[in-house]
Parts: sequence; C-alpha cells; structure tokens
Amino acid sequence: MQFAFNDEQQMLRDSVERFGEDEWSAADRLKRLAEGREGTARRWAQMAELGWLMLPIAQEEGGLGGGPVEIMAIMEGVGRHLMTEAYVSHCVLAPALMAGGGDHCAALLEQVGAGQVRIAAALIENDDFDVAAISARASAIDDRFKLTGAKTHVEDGADADWYLVSARTGGAPSERAGISLFLVPSGAEGLAIQRFRAVDGHRHCSLDLVDVDAIPVGAIGEAADRIEAALERAIVAHMAEAVGSMEAAVAATLDYVRTRQQFGAPIGSFQVVQHKVVDMSVACEEARALMMVAASQLASGGDASSLIAAAKVRIAQCGIAVAQQAVQLHGGVGTSEELIVSHHLRRQMMLDLAHGDRDHHKARFAELTR
Amino acid sequence: MNLDLAPEDREFQQDVRDFFANSIPEDWKKTVRAGLRLSPENLVAYQRRLADRGWGAPTWPKEYGGTGWTPQQLHIFWSEASAADAPAQFHQGLELIGPIIFTYGSQAQKDYYLPRIISGEDWWCQGYSEPGAGSDLAALRTRADRDGDEYVINGHKMWTSYAHVADRMFILARTSNEGRRQQGISLILVDMDTPGIRISPIHTLDEKHHTNEVFLDDVRVPATNIVGEEGMGWNYGKVLLDRERMVAAATAMFLPQTLRAVREAATRRRTAYGLLIDKPEFRAKLAQVEIEAMAVQAMVLRLMADAAAGADSGPRGSMVKLRWSELTQQATALWVEALGPKAQHFAALGDESELPDDMPFALKGALYARVTTIYGGSSEIQRNIIARRALGL
Repeated sequence: MQFAFNDEQQMLRDSVERFGEDEWSAADRLKRLAEGREGTARRWAQMAELGWLMLPIAQEEGGLGGGPVEIMAIMEGVGRHLMTEAYVSHCVLAPALMAGGGDHCAALLEQVGAGQVRIAAALIENDDFDVAAISARASAIDDRFKLTGAKTHVEDGADADWYLVSARTGGAPSERAGISLFLVPSGAEGLAIQRFRAVDGHRHCSLDLVDVDAIPVGAIGEAADRIEAALERAIVAHMAEAVGSMEAAVAATLDYVRTRQQFGAPIGSFQVVQHKVVDMSVACEEARALMMVAASQLASGGDASSLIAAAKVRIAQCGIAVAQQAVQLHGGVGTSEELIVSHHLRRQMMLDLAHGDRDHHKARFAELTR
Repeated sequence: MNLDLAPEDREFQQDVRDFFANSIPEDWKKTVRAGLRLSPENLVAYQRRLADRGWGAPTWPKEYGGTGWTPQQLHIFWSEASAADAPAQFHQGLELIGPIIFTYGSQAQKDYYLPRIISGEDWWCQGYSEPGAGSDLAALRTRADRDGDEYVINGHKMWTSYAHVADRMFILARTSNEGRRQQGISLILVDMDTPGIRISPIHTLDEKHHTNEVFLDDVRVPATNIVGEEGMGWNYGKVLLDRERMVAAATAMFLPQTLRAVREAATRRRTAYGLLIDKPEFRAKLAQVEIEAMAVQAMVLRLMADAAAGADSGPRGSMVKLRWSELTQQATALWVEALGPKAQHFAALGDESELPDDMPFALKGALYARVTTIYGGSSEIQRNIIARRALGL
C-alpha cells in the first residue's frame, strides 16, 4: 500500500501546485470564472504542453500510461485550487471507456492527449445514476448504427467535440447485458444538445438523439462492465479532488479563526470553534486515508468495487460537512463570492452528484457486500 | 395552548383560507418553497394586499394599526399562509424596527413611520453589522456626532440586506465612547436618499443579490431621528430578542412548504426502481425531516402559548431558531438530493436550453440556507445564549 508519492509523482504534484497557484489563485478566482471558455482553452493548451492530458492514456494509444496514483497527484492539486478544467471527464473517463477500442479510438485519444479534442461520456438517463438503467436504442442497419434516446446529464459535456453514448443493442431497461457504447460527434445530424452551467463553474449538457449515426466502441452488447470500470477510475480521481479541496478549505478556515477577532480575542481561542475545526481535520484524515487506500487498490488491479463505493459515500459525507463548517466558521463572509470557502462547498456538493450520489453508492455498496 | 379551535377561531380560519385560496401565483411558489425571498416588487404587492384586508401587521397591537390577533389567531394565519405557499412577510420593518418605534419612539415617529410600514410604502433595512462587529455587535465603530440639530454619521455597515431597495435604514451608531462598550450606542433612523450613503453589493454563493455593504460618509440626519434616548440603543435592541421569538416562530411555520417541494420532486423522479418517493430509503429520510419539523412546530405552539399567557419564553426563541435553521438546511439539501443529476443544471447556457423542474430554486435554496445558521445570531451565539440565560452556565 502506497501512502507516499515517489519522486516522479512528487514532481508532478509540485508542478500542479505551481500551476494552481499561478492560474487559479483564490484572489483571481472570479476573474478566471468570468473568462469562461476562452480561459479554459488557454489553460487546457498549457496542460497539454505539460503532458498532463496524455498522462492517463495507455502507452499503446500514444499516452503515458499513468495510473490512479499519478492521477491522484494531479487531482489533489485540481481540488486544492478548485480548477474547473474537466480533467476527469476528458482525460480519465473518456480514455478508460475507449481503451483498446481500435484504430479510430486510438487516433482520437492521441488528439485528446494533445488537447485538440474533448470527449464526454453520456451514460445516464431518466435521472438515474445506474448505468444499466438505460433505454436509448441503437439499431443496426447493415454495418452502421443509429441511436435514438435521451441522455439527461452529460458530465462536462457542454463543450465536447465527441460524445461516448451508451445505448441498448439488446436486453430490457436495467439489464446489464445488451448495453453498447458508441461515439457520436457533437455536430451529428439528429443530435440536439442543451447546455447548462453548474454552480461550481463546470459546464454540462443533456442530449436528445433521433436516428443519429454512431460508431461502435468495443464489443457489442458487453459495455456494462467496461463502463463501470471506467467510472470507478473517474470516481477515484474525483475523490482525490475532493480531498484536495477539503484540505484547502480547512487551511483557509484555520487561517481565518486565528486572525478574526470578536469579543477581544481570535475566535480560534474559543473552544466551540476549536472543536469544530478539529472535527473538520478528522474528517479530512478519514477521507484522505480512504482515498489513498482506494487509489492503491485500483492501481494494484484487484477488485476495488465495494471499497470505491464505500469511499465515494464517506468522502462525499466528509467533504460536504467540512465545506459547510468552513462556511459556518467564516460567518457572513463565508457565504460571499469573494472568499474561497463557499466555492469549495459548491464543488463538494457537485462532486457528490458526479457519477452517483451518496445514496446511490451506499445502495451499491450494500448490494456488492451482500 | 388549546388545539381544539373555538367556533370563532374556526370561522377566522375559514376567512384566512378564503383569503389565500388560489391567490398565490405559481411562479412565486417555487421561490417561497426554497426559503428564498420574492422580488421586492412582489413582496410589496403582497404586503399591500394584506394591508388592504387589514392584515398588514399581524403581530402588532390594534392601536398602531396591527390586527391585535391572539396568538391562536396568529398561529392560524401562519399555518394557512404556509399551506397556501404564501411568502413570509418581509420582517425588517414589521418585526424589527416597527415594534421598537411603537415601544420607544416619539409620537411623531409613530405617526409617520408605522402606517408606512404597514402599507408597504417604506422598505426598511437594518444597519447593525460591521466588518469588525458581527457576532460581537457591541464592537461596532460607526459614529454619530452631534452637530447642532443634526447627527453626522460616519462608518461602514456590512450585511445590510436589501439596502439596495430600502427607503430607510435603522442603524446602531456610537454617540459616545465613555463607559462600557454597550453604553454610548444609539439607534438612529436614516433616509436612504440622504447624501453621503454609498451602497455596494456583496455577491453571495447563491448568485442572488440580497445583501450589501453600506458606507456612510458625513451623513447628516435630523437629531429628531434618534429613537428614544441617546446612548440607549443597545437596550432597545433587547426588545428585539423578544420579537425575534416571533420571527423565529413565523419562519418555522413555513418549513412544510419546503418539505412539500421535496415530496413533489421525489414523486416526479423516475429511477430504475420506480419513483424515488417509493424507495424506502428516501421515504425514511423524508420522514425523519418531517418528524423533526413537526417537533419544531410543536415548539412554536409552546412559544405562542407563552405569548398568550404573557409569560417569558426564556431560551425557547433561541431553541426554535437553532432547530429551524438546521432543518431548513436539511430540507433544502434533501430537495437537491431528490432532483439527482439534474441539480447540476443550475443555469441555462444558450436559448435552446431549458432548465429542469425546480431549478435553480432548489439549489439556490440549499445554498442560501447556509446563511440561516449565521444570521440573526449564529448557532454558536444561540447556544451561548441558552447556556448563559437558561442553564446558568
């Protein structure tokens, strides 16, 4: 079990930290958010140059073959500085879904690694987080596939060039068998995209598909396992982001309670405040431990499903509680746009929803450990 | 408190029910259920409608234009308003400064200001907090220096909610630096169009403009705008403690609105196992919040009974504030949960995108709810009050 970064991982971590300090300093955050897509495009190009975008892509597909621990080194920094770049969606989830998907996938992944193409995963329907609860249909006409259905939420999908869409080539809704995965370009005929901003600055979308031409990825009818495995990679990466964000929120709170004076003393001298900060730091420790164990287990290639489900639940609980307390202990200014703590709260709430909320993964954990 | 309504109360209940029947526009309901305030124009319209019916000031005595309702009637009124998805009335004029004016104000102040509060003509904001004076309000530094027939006010107020729409502000300012910190603080009424006032919005996490910083730079107001005696402002604030139990009680009565929204959202959401509302885990969670909300409602009944008997409520107002604020946070969070992935769709990008049902209200409500354990005496301060005043610790 790996609880410390090796030299290379530490260098990567330091490099992300510098990038975060330069590009996402808390003082400039509102300016960064106001820049919108142009700012994201500029930073995305920098991240490509630094080699981060190709890091999680398999070597045989032109990437660096980085594993969960390297991704963790990046994502902690993304969380600490609350970078809104959709690294997990485009660089962790999409490559994991497309790994070994043939020449077309390899060619696209090379462009993903170079920062030229963004691919988002359209997996869920009907407001359900269950990847098997889908009814979008893919019909084969000769060698070609046409998709019809609706995807209610595509994480970070608003600005994607391609979508990875799950659809049924067989089986009934909620059956695992018969689910296939397809690539659809964002300009495809019959594809309607509704775009939304989340409260944390991420840009998502929903899709309506009517007879959309699609390119199959991987074996037909057998995508459920692949989707779940890819989602686990994305979830572990998000957990590292959550932990980075929690630790930053605690650090900001500690700073504040040491300096904020009320009743003639720093508020951190009051025991009620001290105990709250202590609980926050315990929650951080709990979350960090779970996250690192889950990342190590995933890196070792063993079955990590129930562990990842458990960690997703507990880290979301800890993350939201920590961010709420960070806001509370800052008092009124904690709720202002100007201070960073409420941005951490918003991101923690949205991280909970990404790829299944606490309830979903609690039920999943119960099912897996039955 | 007698839970069996007397015949005249039953009649009153029917009157209130008729008043509210089908009168709340659909587009108000989502906002109200999220615990968010309606736009000032809509709130003023609502206040006018109540005033026209003679119900503009439900908690005030008759002699000042109030309804003179018994606590039982008040409870009925709030229950019916809550059930009809009516908004809570804006409280800063009605519950905060109004009662101070009718208790301590001059005859001229009573005659001029009170009717304008009831009619909705004047919108009041509260200039209390400052950058260095939040929970520790007595640390305030804004000065009001006497100059002939005027006070000259200089200072910096913070978290002045609705200063950007208010016609008037009541502020606490230091008129003397002698003695204890609480002494030498006066309560002064200020017209918002007085030269020297600058308002700067504070942007908050829910992306809704409701609060501000207010800078006062040589703001001259007539000396007659002081309420009561110079240097006694802190003591008048204590009246508020008593009134705040009513504010807490009234607000707590509106919790079921949010819970209805949760129930409706869960009844709409389809999951692989059927409707979310049919999922035992979700039902149990909703039941838990509903049960706790019922406990708060029962606590409100006790407060009202105290008020009816003219008894001191002790710490009960603080207790209701503590529990209500925690529950509004839980209820709005549960609403977000009930929406599932679509709670990530907060704002539409482009005209072709249509926001999901309940958005952005549910999420705005959940974010705004974070401030309820901070404002009006944070939960930490409420616990201090209970520890000191009730438990003698």
